[in-house]
Amino acid sequence: MPSEIILKMEGICKSFPGVRALHNVDFVLRKGEIHALMGENGAGKSTLTKILNGVYEKDAGLIILEGKPVHFKSPQEAQNMGVGTVFQEIALCPNLTVAENMFIGRSRNAFVNWRQMNEKAAEMLGSLGIPASPTQELASCSIAVQQMIAIARAIDMDCKILILDEPTSSLDEDEVQKLFALMRELKARGVGIIFITHFIDQVYEISDRITVLRNGELIGEYETPELPQIELVSKMMGKALSDVSAMKKHEPPKSDDRVPVFEAKGLSSAVGVRPFDFSIHKGEVNGFAGLLGSGRSESVRAIFAADKVTGGEVKINGKRVKIKAPLNAMKLGIGYLPEDRKSEGVIDELSVRDNIILALQVMKGFFKPLSRKQAEEFANQYIKLLEIKTPSLDTPVKSLSGGNQQKVILARWLLTNPMYLILDEPTRGIDVGTKVEIQKLVLKLAQDGMSLTFISSEIDEMLRVCSRMIVMKDREIVGELSGADLTEQNVMQMIAQGGK
Amino acid sequence: MPRLKARFDRLSHLFLPLSVLVILLLINLIKGADYFKITMVNRVLYGNIPNILFGASELVILSIGMTLVTAAARGQDISIGESGAISSAIFVQYVLNAGEVTIWTILVGLLISCVAGIVIGAFNGTLVSFFNVQPMVATLILFLGGRSIAFIIDGKVSPILANPISNQIGTVIKGVPIQTPIILTAVFIVIVSVVLKVTNLRLYVEAVGINPNTARLNGINPKRVIFLTFLLMGICSAVAGFIAVNKVGRHDSVNLLKFIMMDAILAVALGGNSLSGGKFSITGSIIGAYTIEVLNRTLLRLEVNPEAIKAFKAVFIIILMVLASPVVRVYAKKVMDKAKAFVAGKAARQTGRLKKAVVSITDSSVKKEE
Repeated sequence: MPSEIILKMEGICKSFPGVRALHNVDFVLRKGEIHALMGENGAGKSTLTKILNGVYEKDAGLIILEGKPVHFKSPQEAQNMGVGTVFQEIALCPNLTVAENMFIGRSRNAFVNWRQMNEKAAEMLGSLGIPASPTQELASCSIAVQQMIAIARAIDMDCKILILDEPTSSLDEDEVQKLFALMRELKARGVGIIFITHFIDQVYEISDRITVLRNGELIGEYETPELPQIELVSKMMGKALSDVSAMKKHEPPKSDDRVPVFEAKGLSSAVGVRPFDFSIHKGEVNGFAGLLGSGRSESVRAIFAADKVTGGEVKINGKRVKIKAPLNAMKLGIGYLPEDRKSEGVIDELSVRDNIILALQVMKGFFKPLSRKQAEEFANQYIKLLEIKTPSLDTPVKSLSGGNQQKVILARWLLTNPMYLILDEPTRGIDVGTKVEIQKLVLKLAQDGMSLTFISSEIDEMLRVCSRMIVMKDREIVGELSGADLTEQNVMQMIAQGGK
Repeated sequence: MPRLKARFDRLSHLFLPLSVLVILLLINLIKGADYFKITMVNRVLYGNIPNILFGASELVILSIGMTLVTAAARGQDISIGESGAISSAIFVQYVLNAGEVTIWTILVGLLISCVAGIVIGAFNGTLVSFFNVQPMVATLILFLGGRSIAFIIDGKVSPILANPISNQIGTVIKGVPIQTPIILTAVFIVIVSVVLKVTNLRLYVEAVGINPNTARLNGINPKRVIFLTFLLMGICSAVAGFIAVNKVGRHDSVNLLKFIMMDAILAVALGGNSLSGGKFSITGSIIGAYTIEVLNRTLLRLEVNPEAIKAFKAVFIIILMVLASPVVRVYAKKVMDKAKAFVAGKAARQTGRLKKAVVSITDSSVKKEE
């Protein structure tokens, strides 16, 4: 036993309506270690940490902090017991000073001793080596420094455990190093750090141990140096390396056309994807593989101009075109089903009918509304085709189940009859039956001549439908696999090693 | 039958304004049974109802524009009274300088004042949609400065609009039994409903108001839609200013349409519209506007001290808003469900089919929870 255990979580279970988020998960954190918590989307990382810091209540299980069972009812209570959290989005007030951000809401007094507060803040900033002055406005600090101040706030009171949820996602290389220096400093002081990230390289740079979760279950705990990157990836994705039987025959590329349906050169967008080349042929289904945060969504968003396009050349059927806004893309025959159904897919208070006809209606134009009868015909046609379960056409789409909402958005794009349809995580959060239906539909559409891009965080799902896979890592395309080379093992290897 | 029910569901948001209207009318009936009496004076219909329709015309038109702005921009335009004062000042100046006043002078004047309204709307709309200023802050500028602009355009205190055509627009046209502002309001409502029919205004505005992000990814430009609603608001203000100035017969830049934005916002809320945008009902807002007019007149009729009217109105509005709040609605729904379950349970016990009924009740409650 290299060092003493400060936290033990045993048999943690947690369910949300309709979803089992965690099932019988154990987790152990030792004093002065940096422990990476890894897993794909929906694996249960956030749920586990939120149970630890009192945001959620567990359904079953035990949390033992320094040998004593504890039960936190609120994040404040957890904080008082020495469990600090820094969330992904910085939850500070940019218009307050650094010191105010560090201490506000902490004291029970109605009055604040400003001088004392600033002195205390200066002392802490100094000891942690954070380059900021207590009286400086927070907004004037760089994102990395803000992140560090959030950490300083979290560890303020005699902190034993620090949870860092994706602290590096908006930092550049230099800033990451500064943050790591701070983490090492805390580690030396004996703080146990739980580190959640999607950047595998960072995990190997800084962590001592790795715990992998998948679909709410514990896969295992490993010493970081003893777990090769490729094995970590395979554990996260749930495919054993030796699992050769999963190698299935899939759609071969059907197209011999020389001219691709869509072609992009040096495309880049404002959200920070490195310029990339991409093309797709008629009737082809391709995929973008890579872990969350690898840039797979950002790339397809650039194709549809969902984010501001900052450069690159686009050709459709060999002809140069300009796509500046989603409407341009739609008129050129491109459809895009976004990853985040709730905030970008459905218009939740509008009826099923309006949600289905939305894109077609916008393409037709402001002055050419579909008649009510036409709209109902279109909606009914796709409700039948995709077997959407809805009480009526007038039902607000928000009262449908997740899978049916997704089908409504699919119907919306199919109705516009696109030649190239981008599906970003079309099967996320929906039941297995619907998943298979959607996969079948994708293959059928491709057979009918549509080109599709299919993105999923489940690799076997992508292998089932895609004939070509573009592999991304750290916001860059690192390689492309097709034909006989397109196997799980190769994809995972490429993700882990960056195409080398 | 299910069709009928669906139609009824669609109209359920009108329940509140309609029931308030009915209650107010009942109060008036109790006060005096001749409330609905309509008399013919000089071949024109007069009475309480025509007076309400006459008095509410500007408010109705303004509340239509306010509904659209609220739905798309998720905020309110508080400069509508001032905007109406400016555009009607321009109208008055045009008419006064035109020499002989014909119907064409008036129409061209109306057109010019509508253009002025659009310019004002463009100013507000630019601030809100392109500079992301909150609607209330953006329109605060003209709310504060608009009346001074109107005064400068007037050039002197209250220019008089004394020509026979204006007089007829403000009161009655010879041979027509209904007062002209009522007819103009009706025409305006018809035009709005035609616009809603032949364009996608409703879909665009609702989509942008509910989820601008999704709207953008489906090819709608949210900024332009919000901008458009401010232009339409400008037209509504100009038309309302036109009616108001013709009613009074002179342009009083200080008092014309003063504080009417409060009533317009209230009409929108009363009509079952969310003040934070999204789905909207213009019918609701129109009924809401008439309800406010009835309320004002009812308080007068009940001989409430004019000084105290505002306080009474405030109390009334507080009660209304609490009744309409989601908290009360959810509670009412629970009580209704319980009552239904009780009645259904009783009926089932009587016929001995308890089991079936319980199943159907639990089914429906599960659906509601979803």
